[in-house]
Amino acid sequence: MSVLAHTGGGGGDDLKEPPKRGRWVPYALLAPGLIWLVVFFLIPMLVQGGTSLQTGGLEKGYDFTWHWSTYWDALEQYYPQFLRSFGYAAAATVMCLVIGYPLAYAIAFKAGRWRGLWLVLVIAPFFTSFLVRTLAWKTILADNGVVVDVLNTLHFTDVTALLGLTEGDRVLATPLAVICGLTYNFLPFMVLPLYASLERIDPRLHEAANDLYADPKTTFRRVTFPLSLPGVVSGTLLTFIPASGDYVNAAWLGSPDTGMAGNVIQTQFLRVLDYPTAAALSFILMLLIVLMVSAYIRKAGTEELV
Amino acid sequence: MGTFTRWLRNNVVTLFGILALAYMTLPNLVVLLFSFNDPNGKFNYTWNGFTLDAWKDPFGVAGIKDSLITSLEIAVLSTVGATVLGTAVAFALGRYRFRGRAMTNTLLFLPMSMPEVVMGASLGTLFLNMRISFGFWTILIAHVMFCLSFVVVAVKARVLGMDPKLEEAARDLYASPAQTFLRVTLPIAAPGIGAGALLAFSLSFDDFVITNFNSGDTVTFPMFVWGAAQRGTPPQINVIGSAMFFIAIAIVVVGQVRTNRKAKQKAA
Repeated sequence: MSVLAHTGGGGGDDLKEPPKRGRWVPYALLAPGLIWLVVFFLIPMLVQGGTSLQTGGLEKGYDFTWHWSTYWDALEQYYPQFLRSFGYAAAATVMCLVIGYPLAYAIAFKAGRWRGLWLVLVIAPFFTSFLVRTLAWKTILADNGVVVDVLNTLHFTDVTALLGLTEGDRVLATPLAVICGLTYNFLPFMVLPLYASLERIDPRLHEAANDLYADPKTTFRRVTFPLSLPGVVSGTLLTFIPASGDYVNAAWLGSPDTGMAGNVIQTQFLRVLDYPTAAALSFILMLLIVLMVSAYIRKAGTEELV
Repeated sequence: MGTFTRWLRNNVVTLFGILALAYMTLPNLVVLLFSFNDPNGKFNYTWNGFTLDAWKDPFGVAGIKDSLITSLEIAVLSTVGATVLGTAVAFALGRYRFRGRAMTNTLLFLPMSMPEVVMGASLGTLFLNMRISFGFWTILIAHVMFCLSFVVVAVKARVLGMDPKLEEAARDLYASPAQTFLRVTLPIAAPGIGAGALLAFSLSFDDFVITNFNSGDTVTFPMFVWGAAQRGTPPQINVIGSAMFFIAIAIVVVGQVRTNRKAKQKAA
């Protein structure tokens, strides 16, 4: 008992002084919400696992036959889509970090009294439906549009073509367009956690580093960046996970050759109506992401992330 | 030149930040610009000529008005559902010690860390297996599910920051538990609950992926846009997109002015 009291006061748990009354109260408060999540989130994951092992058709009905080969067939046929999913998502996450870190840094340390305005400007674009904004990229990246013309004049497209990201002098319908779209769509998920962790840094630490003759570069490398790591971790998670499951950008800004895992799942579920294959694909995607996320969580801890 | 390079070095981060903001705002400007376009053909992707037609008749496309109404109905109902359920969970997490805390946190964290396509497809599979037909109610169930965790996060932060002495003071002054809750606890938690509700509303209103798997024939506004991208994109989509933007900005500005005024009143 004393051990419990001690850990409670030690600050490891986030409870300050839990009231002792009503032992059943927390469970009554938790029950409706948690039951909702169990029934409509957790159980569907299991049901999906079951469906992936069934065989049959819409007319004949489905039988549970432990049909593991659905998994092998799905992986054999669609592994390029999975590779692309994680490749594009990783590229977009890196781009988000490269664009988002200076932005978050500017808001936290340079914006001064305009900080509120900067934050509003980060969030405001997202008040327009994300599908409508993604459609706008079709216009921005259109062949013979201003952006593509400039990129062609600068021979930027020659470089990206060498890397296999574009073809000819087009940008639309190439991997580059999909990665740009993903970067754009998930950038705020990177900027906001980064800002939250940068904003928490005591400015006196910068002064102290300065007093100890650290030049700005060293201060950033030894003080600012390490302290912002929690933001980097949650920012990359919040960008990478939704990006790897996205299918809107690949469908609208890409071509049939840029399909991602989400595109296959969507097609199998809603057009081909091959539910076992869709379930198997979705299960694989889930499994791969859970593996990656749990590796991350082991470092960061859920209580901090939730 | 020397002073210019020094100025550049001092402000390079700010300049880069402004460029990043421009990148984030550009699509909105394009959406707004093309709401005034008079497209040549079905698709509104290339500039053809200026017109106010779409703004004069924003609902002049079959189905667009119904899709907006459906989206608003679902957003309001799922906001209420997710806020009530999520606030209760947040109070339990922020106030009580109980067994199964780690499991609760994991269960709340998982929906936020799962790609939407997985949640959408698996919930759709559940409904298929139970032979529940897709429509308004299946969308609503799905939206409450994925908004819940976000409400918990927003409310929990506020509950944890609450000074327990305030409630003790209320009890010392002979307030009943119900009075303490309604007159002290709830008002203090209100900003967190409000933030959670706003987040839930915008998440639900803008959701496409999960809705795509659970909507059947019911068309929300994002579903309308998805369909339009195949059939032809009327400039009315841009009108509604831009209007949403301005309405949201207006809400932010009004909210900010009100908090400022309150702060001034308190100071005076």
